[in-house]
Amino acid sequence: MGGALAKGADARGGCVHKSAIAAALLLASAGAGNAALAQYFEGKPRLAQGEVDLTGGWLQKFHQDSHERKEGPAIGDYTGLPVNDDARLRANTWDPDKWTVPEHQCEPHPADYGPHGPANLQISKILDPHSLKTVAIQVIVGWMVPVRTIWLDGRPHPSANAAHTWMGFSTGHWEGDTLIVETTHLKEGWIRRNGVARSDKARLTEYWMRHDDVLTLVSIVNDPVYLTEPLMRSWSWTLDPGVHMTPYTCEAKVEVDRPQGFVAHWLPGTNPNLKEFPEKMHLPESVAQGGADQMYPEYQDVLKALPGAVAK
Amino acid sequence: MTRRTGLCLLALGAVFSARGAVPAAPELDVVKVRDNIYMLVGPAENTTVAFGTDGVMIVNTQSEAMAPKILAAVARLTDQPIRYIVNTDAHAANTAGNVIVTKAGKFIADRIESDSASIIAHENVLNRLSGVTGGDPPGERLGWPEDVYYKGWMDMHFNGEAIQIIHEPHAHTDGDSVVFFRGSDVIATGDLFAPGAYPVIDLERGGSFQGIIDALNRLIDLAVPDANEEGGTMIIPGHGRVTDEYDLVIYRDMLTIIRDRVRDLIHRGMSLEQVQAARPTRDYDGIYGSDAGPWTTRMFVAAVYRDLDRPAP
Repeated sequence: MGGALAKGADARGGCVHKSAIAAALLLASAGAGNAALAQYFEGKPRLAQGEVDLTGGWLQKFHQDSHERKEGPAIGDYTGLPVNDDARLRANTWDPDKWTVPEHQCEPHPADYGPHGPANLQISKILDPHSLKTVAIQVIVGWMVPVRTIWLDGRPHPSANAAHTWMGFSTGHWEGDTLIVETTHLKEGWIRRNGVARSDKARLTEYWMRHDDVLTLVSIVNDPVYLTEPLMRSWSWTLDPGVHMTPYTCEAKVEVDRPQGFVAHWLPGTNPNLKEFPEKMHLPESVAQGGADQMYPEYQDVLKALPGAVAK
Repeated sequence: MTRRTGLCLLALGAVFSARGAVPAAPELDVVKVRDNIYMLVGPAENTTVAFGTDGVMIVNTQSEAMAPKILAAVARLTDQPIRYIVNTDAHAANTAGNVIVTKAGKFIADRIESDSASIIAHENVLNRLSGVTGGDPPGERLGWPEDVYYKGWMDMHFNGEAIQIIHEPHAHTDGDSVVFFRGSDVIATGDLFAPGAYPVIDLERGGSFQGIIDALNRLIDLAVPDANEEGGTMIIPGHGRVTDEYDLVIYRDMLTIIRDRVRDLIHRGMSLEQVQAARPTRDYDGIYGSDAGPWTTRMFVAAVYRDLDRPAP
């Protein structure tokens, strides 16, 4: 117990959780004993209101989904994604040359893709100046340092006619030790940065959990336009007070001389790059095109039945 | 309320419903864009309200039913008089409220303050609303935009900022204007842009698909985003939510991609029916398409086809 409290105190800069201690004393006086106290405090530094403390610097665990985070996914690789035919057509006609025009150069990752990274996090809280209650937490994401606000004060989501943003509009509430966040008003974005689109009608549900010095985020994207089933992903970070966020100033410039209105894309059925990924991985093109069935363990039987796939 | 009273009210409600009581006009959704500029979202169209010490400018007046609600919303925002109305095209959805709104305004003209607001539009809008062109019967004269411009754009200084009213030839119609509030950094686009719907291409009133794409490209040049391609110049579309440059960009991208696809299918010799069956818009239909209502995806594809298939002027 003492260890957990000490770590929490470090993360909070030495603050003492009076209500948490009061709760612990209450448990002790009720005869719950040391085991219950240890369970209560285990690995969960708490804020004054009793919720788990998520604040601090968090270091991304870079080995997760490394192909998303380093060289990036291959063109035409939609494996494991519950995409529909509309999403496939859009991705199959996508061309990375889109980033050669100034108006596309400074796009950050949207809130639902941002955790893929580079995504060290700096999490802080916004306090009501009078009650000192936490009204929101702010999450700064490493890549292009967008600032995301998650409101915890019960405010409603804005009108459907309000602007959509990269971070969307997020509200959260605690259920036990889990912060549940609902996000709407997202700009159109992507669920894989090889042209797999996510529409502006999507809704993001997240579960933020802290276990000792590990922060875990479970994210669920519901997109009625491009997904046949919810897309669930998770990421983890480790607490690191030394995490330092650096400013990122993107200046959009003409890098390739294009005619006004140039839009990079392939006509349907003409994209030669779609063959590279399935050829390299020795997969039929239909497998590369993804689908909800690929999210489930039973799909391994389908892969094993593919001619030559297991041997390769 | 007792159970019996509740049942009586339910019964009364059923009677009114059975007699077809006229439904009330829907409420406006009032969305703040800047401290001095609001977007009033009606059931079909948006109205822009800009106000300051000089008075109020209103961009588009929606329907007769919605016009009183626009006036009420303006009165809640400011006690200044309505000086100007701008019509971004001649369609009734944007001009039918002109008479009601202008009567509530006051325009400072040469040596007098008149009892109606000035109505500004491109000349082609006046020609259509007055029946000079287009064959439609003329509307009430008080609702005509008689403060017209003929070429390019019209400049004015109002409420301490420069305002440019810019003609976009042959876009949604042949009389389109976009209104650029330069100091506030807000652009009201009219119906050549709607973030959740394919644009209406009114070929009969001089519109063109390529003209809409050209207009969007010029708007992208005008708009300057803040950090991370977000915010900065705010865009009030003809209908739908308030937007910024990125929303314009992905809309332009979508239309350009559809243009290239349809043009390719035309070059392959496909008829309109074959192109519609090929569904060149299918990956965007979930965002912008509609199977019902006044402007369906089928109608949009037909307009694109006819526009691209006709000889260049």
